Amino acid sequence: MTTWTVIDEQRVHTIDPSAPGDMLVLDPSLLGWERKPEGLCRDEVCVPVPTDVPTGPIDAALLARLLQRPLAIDNNEHVAAFAASAVERAATLRSGMAPDFELPDVHGVLHRLSDFRGKKVVLYAYASW
Amino acid sequence: MWQAIHEELAPEGLAVITVAIDRSLDDPRPYVDSAGATHPSLVDTEHRVADLYNLVNVPTVLWIDETGRIVRPQDVHYVSNELASITKFHNRKPLAALRAWVRGKAPAYPGDVAADTKVADDTHQEARAAFAVAWWLSQHGRDDAAERWFVRAGELAPHDFTIRRGSMPIRGIDAAGPAFFEMVGDWAAKGNAYYLPLPDTATTADDYEVEPIDEMSLEALRRKIDSER
Repeated sequence: MTTWTVIDEQRVHTIDPSAPGDMLVLDPSLLGWERKPEGLCRDEVCVPVPTDVPTGPIDAALLARLLQRPLAIDNNEHVAAFAASAVERAATLRSGMAPDFELPDVHGVLHRLSDFRGKKVVLYAYASW
Repeated sequence: MWQAIHEELAPEGLAVITVAIDRSLDDPRPYVDSAGATHPSLVDTEHRVADLYNLVNVPTVLWIDETGRIVRPQDVHYVSNELASITKFHNRKPLAALRAWVRGKAPAYPGDVAADTKVADDTHQEARAAFAVAWWLSQHGRDDAAERWFVRAGELAPHDFTIRRGSMPIRGIDAAGPAFFEMVGDWAAKGNAYYLPLPDTATTADDYEVEPIDEMSLEALRRKIDSER
């Protein structure tokens, strides 16, 4: 059985699928989602899950719908990617607080935006293209 | 030229952070080194900041205050006027506004930041999922499959040039060549603007009267770009 690569907001997981064939069926816990009475929970977020959804492995497309997150899935290459939900991204941006991030500089040294609290920041995005 | 702003305004509490949305640390390093940059010059190969802040093109400028609050929504301007004859962006009003904000003489934005913040819808986030698949496939030598997903990402978010133009170098397409010009031409023909600068500091004719600029030909621009590679 071919392993799948599942990309979850820049985190890359290699997953042994729970079902034969080309469809991606996976246990949400592999992506950090635990089934609790409140639903599927990760960090401080819980999404409600209908009681008829089985615990354990579920179809990736169903998981994406439950999490309200877009899923791009290539059944030939066995690669899938979840993106952040539009609702989540919009809520963060409209809250006014600049989302934190950690990136390397050109010499590979990591920096976080939050390192610069206490200063005014100009963030300038550019590219070679 | 951000180095000059960094040196001028760091003593007054400004941190300049540049982020290159590029394929690898190698892409912007020559440019950063030749600019003598001492401010953080970050590289966003996975389009993380592009996703978090909904950056659909470059250059994009964001201002964040001391408490971590976004005080000016995405804007477009260049820090120097070296390319102004080609880009049609004059730096006079943006830099004046920047200095006034840093010095506490003016607010960062005259409008409602939250209301004027552009956010992605579901389809756009689908495009980002498609781009993530495309990027992974291209990093692992599956170029044909990657190409299909890059194209799909661009179709889902035709206004996102971080995806549509940003993917060109990865796909072996000249991002300043015929494919790019055709893409922009097609976009403009549909009545769309390639850039959406904020109105309060947008370039106007009087900028050129107060601060005349030098003409730069496209040929000179190409020579400059090649010399920086």
